[in-house]
Amino acid sequence: MATSYAAPAIWGLIVVIGVLTFLIRVSFIGLFGYLDEIPPEITRTLRFVPAAVLAALVLPSFITLEPGTGGIAVDKLIAGGIAGGVAWRTENVFMTIGAGMGTLWAVRFVLLPLI
Amino acid sequence: MDRSEFRQGVRDVLPLLLGVIPFGFVAGLATVNAGLGLAEAVGLSTIVFAGAAQLAALDLIGRDAPLAIVVVTAVVINLRMLMYSASVAPYFQDISNRLKATVAYLLTDQAYALTIARYRSEDSAHSVAYYFGVAATLWAVWQLTTVAGVVLGTNVPESLGLEFAVPLVFLALLVPAMEDSPTTVAGILGGITAVGTAGLPLDLGLLVGATAGIVAGRLTEVAMEGASNGN
Repeated sequence: MATSYAAPAIWGLIVVIGVLTFLIRVSFIGLFGYLDEIPPEITRTLRFVPAAVLAALVLPSFITLEPGTGGIAVDKLIAGGIAGGVAWRTENVFMTIGAGMGTLWAVRFVLLPLI
Repeated sequence: MDRSEFRQGVRDVLPLLLGVIPFGFVAGLATVNAGLGLAEAVGLSTIVFAGAAQLAALDLIGRDAPLAIVVVTAVVINLRMLMYSASVAPYFQDISNRLKATVAYLLTDQAYALTIARYRSEDSAHSVAYYFGVAATLWAVWQLTTVAGVVLGTNVPESLGLEFAVPLVFLALLVPAMEDSPTTVAGILGGITAVGTAGLPLDLGLLVGATAGIVAGRLTEVAMEGASNGN
């Protein structure tokens, strides 16, 4: 896995990604000072950003293909499902992580080896 | 700077650190795996400061992918921050340009999610100090844990799957974000679309899923308004 790129290429890469990432982050924050008010249609649409983006980050991490076999990774699916239930009932970050990691380890190290 | 709002931000972010710590640790570990060292790990974490993009870039660097592909992948993954930037911008309209630049540099998934939840609650003062309490804490912890990942990470067995703590953090933030029917539709459709498009190159599935979710949520809201107006 070790790269054969030399240090200057790596550092160039880090700086370019860093500058572009900053430009993305600063875009609207920098721009809005020049607008009098935000068009209401934009605000109404932005309301859906947290739910849509977070779900798009979360679900593909729970429903993933097992490397090699091509099947669904059972441990992550079960752990994600249980953690989802706990998140729903408690809305607590500690409880959600505890339930998710605990289930992942239980399935991966106890349940699956028995099958 | 309002000290009590800053402290409130620090307090609110503490539970999230349980997800950030393993994430940073994994980012440090991935730097070693890609054949790079402590300097590059610190460079990535301070200059880029975006975990998912760092991990994807390191994976590609380790496989000697073309440099342009590494850049495009990292940028596409970070494009979601365009939406965060637009979403928080109204609250930071009146601060100085230097503060705006600092706010932008520190903008992350977690800082965004906590701050927007706070600012949208009815009794919020929309204090920028709250944002800095959250975001600066995340920054400091991210730097410390990536360094720890480089130094100690080689001893943690990969089978523990510590990186799984990352989506669990996002999950705990997702549930309160689905606050009514339209936002719930946005979450469910965004998630399912992202799963269906996960095979797309350059991690485009995230952007496609998020866009589908936003459109679906907005359409649901319009339909519900139409129904309640008797149309």
